[in-house]
Amino acid sequence: MTIAILKSLLMRDIRLAMRRKADVAAALFFFVIAASLFPFGVGAEPTQLRAIGPGVLWVSALLSAMLSLGRLFSMDHADGTLEQLLLSPVPLAAAVLAKIGAHWLVSGLPLVLLAPLIGLQFDLPWRELALLTLSLLLGTPVLSLIGAIGAALTLGVRGGSVLLALLILPLYIPVLIFGAGAVTASAAGLTPWAGMSLVGAMLALSLFFAPLATAAALRIVLD
Amino acid sequence: MLEVQGLGCIRGSRQLFGNLSFSLHPSELLHIQGPNGSGKTSLLRILTGLSRPDAGEIFWQGDNIREVRETYASSLLYLGHQPAVKDDLSAAENLEYAVQIAGIEPSRRKLEEALDAVGLGTRQRLLARFLSQGQRRRLSLARLWLEQRSLWILDEPFTALDVQATLLLEARLEAHLAEGGMVVLTTHQSPAIADGYVRVLSLDA
Amino acid sequence: MSSRINLYRFASPATFYPLAGRMIPWFSWAAGIFCLTGLFISFFVAPTDYQQGEAYRIIFIHVPAAWMSMFIYLVMAGYSALSLGLNARLSGMMAQSLAPTGAMFTALALITGSFWGKPMWGAWWVWDARLTSELILLFLYIGYLALHSAIDDPRRADRASALFALVGVVNVPIIYFSVKWWNTLHQGASVSLTRAPAMAHTMLMGMLVMALGFWMYSIAVVLMRVRCVMRERERDAAWLSALKEVE
Repeated sequence: MTIAILKSLLMRDIRLAMRRKADVAAALFFFVIAASLFPFGVGAEPTQLRAIGPGVLWVSALLSAMLSLGRLFSMDHADGTLEQLLLSPVPLAAAVLAKIGAHWLVSGLPLVLLAPLIGLQFDLPWRELALLTLSLLLGTPVLSLIGAIGAALTLGVRGGSVLLALLILPLYIPVLIFGAGAVTASAAGLTPWAGMSLVGAMLALSLFFAPLATAAALRIVLD
Repeated sequence: MLEVQGLGCIRGSRQLFGNLSFSLHPSELLHIQGPNGSGKTSLLRILTGLSRPDAGEIFWQGDNIREVRETYASSLLYLGHQPAVKDDLSAAENLEYAVQIAGIEPSRRKLEEALDAVGLGTRQRLLARFLSQGQRRRLSLARLWLEQRSLWILDEPFTALDVQATLLLEARLEAHLAEGGMVVLTTHQSPAIADGYVRVLSLDA
Repeated sequence: MSSRINLYRFASPATFYPLAGRMIPWFSWAAGIFCLTGLFISFFVAPTDYQQGEAYRIIFIHVPAAWMSMFIYLVMAGYSALSLGLNARLSGMMAQSLAPTGAMFTALALITGSFWGKPMWGAWWVWDARLTSELILLFLYIGYLALHSAIDDPRRADRASALFALVGVVNVPIIYFSVKWWNTLHQGASVSLTRAPAMAHTMLMGMLVMALGFWMYSIAVVLMRVRCVMRERERDAAWLSALKEVE
């Protein structure tokens, strides 16, 4: 029964996102635009672009994730369906994981698929592009998971989205360091797998802890 | 059976109510009355377990609801202030989803019967954003025809309902009570339910 | 009877308020004495560093401030755990009162670290592991304060920020590790402000005394602040006392 409920929740969220494609697409376009701003700021000299490329793409992915996270719980909170979820027989942490899963499939995965294309704008070689995509594939779920905690804490609060950024960005720094660092290490001739496995470790940790923390936050906020 | 002992609630720096005790037995409807701001919604949310009271305990079938949270949640059906209806889903999809997360897998036929019962049978494929306030309220009430829960906790269920829908809801409430169900509700109206079932609890501001 | 009534006796703001009031003067005096002693040691007793001259003396403020910033965060997280686990109002108020002082020490550590770095390395800011971690800690403090002030209901604000403090405290070691890793990766930032190979005995003494002074100061200030917080919410306590008397 639990699996059926979680599946229903996942499908519902995906269906809702598909009926609001514009919102989802907007966050993706933001990723593209944000990454494109950097050459305007620092100049388009290829060596420099190659050096900053991985970092720029990671930061842009991070900022885009933050924009889309605002939607994770706020709409359900506004129309009253979030309360009903708290009264459901499924463990709240599992329900949260299902919602985060749907959110990542709709906002994170497309970003991962877009990343190599944007990476080409920074003249990154094939090996770095592949590593970058892998680091984002492992890292964007971490962004969704950690971000969910902030999204839950800032539900219904004044100045929600700015506050969300303030809370979440410091917590994002480790993933950013490991993810972008893995690619940069490879460019410097070192092994990328140290950083990559650290991103994997963060994914494992946050898969376990973030839903629990988010569930606790939801109960606090809906009290 | 629902038992409440010494319930207290503080919002901000005001005490809404204190030392509230009552019990609810099968075939009883508790009508909670009080002026605006007297804490009716807060009391209902505390009864569902969504909010924590500042004092007191609640017992369901003898167990503290904080210890049997899942069992309690599956015995109750809560309809809050908002209809809990998603604009981007159709009426049928909304009802199906609401019932699924409550743990029931409804058949196509049962869904349609419930929607017919509340008068939305012909509107079931319409996206909820195109429904009127009254129709949304009816949609949220459709669960009452579909799920078998013993305790109903309803916050202002008659809001936005027209005369026909009001009669429909009153009939459904009576049927539920006759079967041994329990209801706690708030409303500014006086629902036309047989007196034998109804008890009144007044929260003064 | 119910566990809820016992809690009010366990963590009663009504009894803590006068107790705190009596403790404040003791801690204030202790703070003054320790800080003055520490400053005396740092200026007159500790030897001149042959490499860095007199400018290094600012570490007598920088290092104790950094220690306090981390210590206070731990204590804050402890009170946050209590406030969530035991639903104790006083613990929530203590956590809320600790945050501004913690943030102040973090900022102090950053500013003094910057003043130390300038004569040494020629730059107002270097991205070394310790200083960068301090910066991120400051962000965590500011996030806590911002979250608390954004939520209107004080109890909900306490609990939400308590959760954030706990999430933060779990992340602090991860953040520190990641910043060190980042430092070794990008060789350019290999300078370290915390390199203190041979610390004279007196230098360590000076820092410990200053740290003690800062600690006394923190206790005094936090107690003062928690009394202010209690006065703001005093009406709650009055209601609850009245409620118990009626029973």
